[in-house]
Amino acid sequence: MSEALGLEDVLREHPFTTGMRPEHLRELAGCAREVLLAAGTFPIREGDAADTFYALRDGAVAIEVHAPSGPLVVQTLHAGDVLGWSWLFPPYRSAFDARVVEPARALAFDAPCLRGKAERDHELGYALMLRMARVFTSRLAATRLQLLDLYGPRA
Amino acid sequence: MALAPDPMLPRRARVLASRQDTRDTWTLELELDGAAPLPFAPGQFNMLWPFGVGEAPISICGDPAEPARIVHTVRAVGAVSQAIAAAAPGAVLGLRGPFGHGWPTVQAIGHDVLIVAGGIGLAPLRPVILELLAHRGQYGRAALLYGARTPADALYGHELDAWRARGLQVLTTVDVADRAWTGAVGVVTRLIPRAEVDPARTVAMVCGPDVMMRFTAQELTARGFPAARVHLSLERNMRCAVALCGHCQYGPTLLCRDGPVLTWERLRPLTSVREL
Ligand SMILES: Cc1cc2nc3c(=O)[nH]c(=O)nc-3n(C[C@H](O)[C@H](O)[C@H](O)COP(=O)(O)OP(=O)(O)OC[C@H]3O[C@@H](n4cnc5c(N)ncnc54)[C@H](O)[C@@H]3O)c2cc1C
Repeated sequence: MSEALGLEDVLREHPFTTGMRPEHLRELAGCAREVLLAAGTFPIREGDAADTFYALRDGAVAIEVHAPSGPLVVQTLHAGDVLGWSWLFPPYRSAFDARVVEPARALAFDAPCLRGKAERDHELGYALMLRMARVFTSRLAATRLQLLDLYGPRA
Repeated sequence: MALAPDPMLPRRARVLASRQDTRDTWTLELELDGAAPLPFAPGQFNMLWPFGVGEAPISICGDPAEPARIVHTVRAVGAVSQAIAAAAPGAVLGLRGPFGHGWPTVQAIGHDVLIVAGGIGLAPLRPVILELLAHRGQYGRAALLYGARTPADALYGHELDAWRARGLQVLTTVDVADRAWTGAVGVVTRLIPRAEVDPARTVAMVCGPDVMMRFTAQELTARGFPAARVHLSLERNMRCAVALCGHCQYGPTLLCRDGPVLTWERLRPLTSVREL
């Protein structure tokens, strides 16, 4: 049962850490805490300091962009996804809003803690960046397909 | 014994009802003269002929258990499909069919079933869903992943909840939405990890535009779904529908006879040949 799992076990079960060495998992767990994201809340707001990185265990979070017609949802994230990457690069400011659509359990990582550890231990940093790069490429591929108008030419 | 009807000769089909599903898509219910039944296998298509305009292959999307009610969902994209979509109750269309090799609903018995549809691609899969739900106990777990451009472009919205209630996991996604939409946003391939089926024992059926099917098949095989059990419907243009004219040739395959449904194992080598 997940309630009985320690933070490290929860982290090990998350697809983001697949194949990660135990000592690296331990280091990551040292920056993490378990959180419950309530429906309707905004764990990330455009322009705010990007100081947290989330690994979703369930629920749903919508990435939103403000358009003149109102907020548009451009992607939803679900169990097994990670949320937030502006924490990786200066100026560490979030580029989008993230709104919780269905209550979600998540691991919330303190971004300065992660960056510090990655800086001190490049092996850990590499393992982390490799996984982030995989997230970027798969989101980029999905975005390209979205732009292709995948469901057929407009009539 | 009566002679088998000439497959090149159209029969008369009267429009009983018509419903506009989305901005560019209509569903028609047709009946042959004398309400003659037209038994079909899920995934088969008819050639519909609005007289004076031309003929187009259109999948049958009705209930296989009700073969006298012929149902077609048509997206108006050009002259022929526009004329079919515009056919009002009482109008008569020419109809030849059913043709083609359909979905593996029989081979799927005893397996988990994963249905992945994009846009109008849900239409040819609707008979699979109806058949699966009518014989729910014969199949393992079953999931439908459906992607459309926007919530307003999604087909059969009124039926999805009913299917869910009858034991089908239904996940929907659109490319972009406002906050009123409660499904997912993103391409349909992003739903695959959330399908509650066991890849190794699943029969997958995929229908949508070519690019969507190719990326879906790649993602499925990367996740352990065997290519021999990933089936796609290739809706390339057809003319005669009886393997004579060669119009629908795809590599060594005549899609109207050998398809439209083929396995990814068979199609994959052909997809690397550009502009086939
Ligand atoms: C086996 C099979 C089953 C089909 N089932 C359905 C169905 O259930 N419902 C439905 O609406 N359509 C279906 N189609 C597609 C349908 O046959 C075509 O949209 C139609 O023939 C187009 O003719 P048209 O004169 O209206 O348009 P055209 O003037 O021939 O074409 C108009 C535009 O549509 C594009 N187009 C034409 N054919 C296709 C195609 N097959 N796929 C994607 N784009 C196309 C053309 O490139 C062009 O941009 C099916 C096709 C096949 C081969």
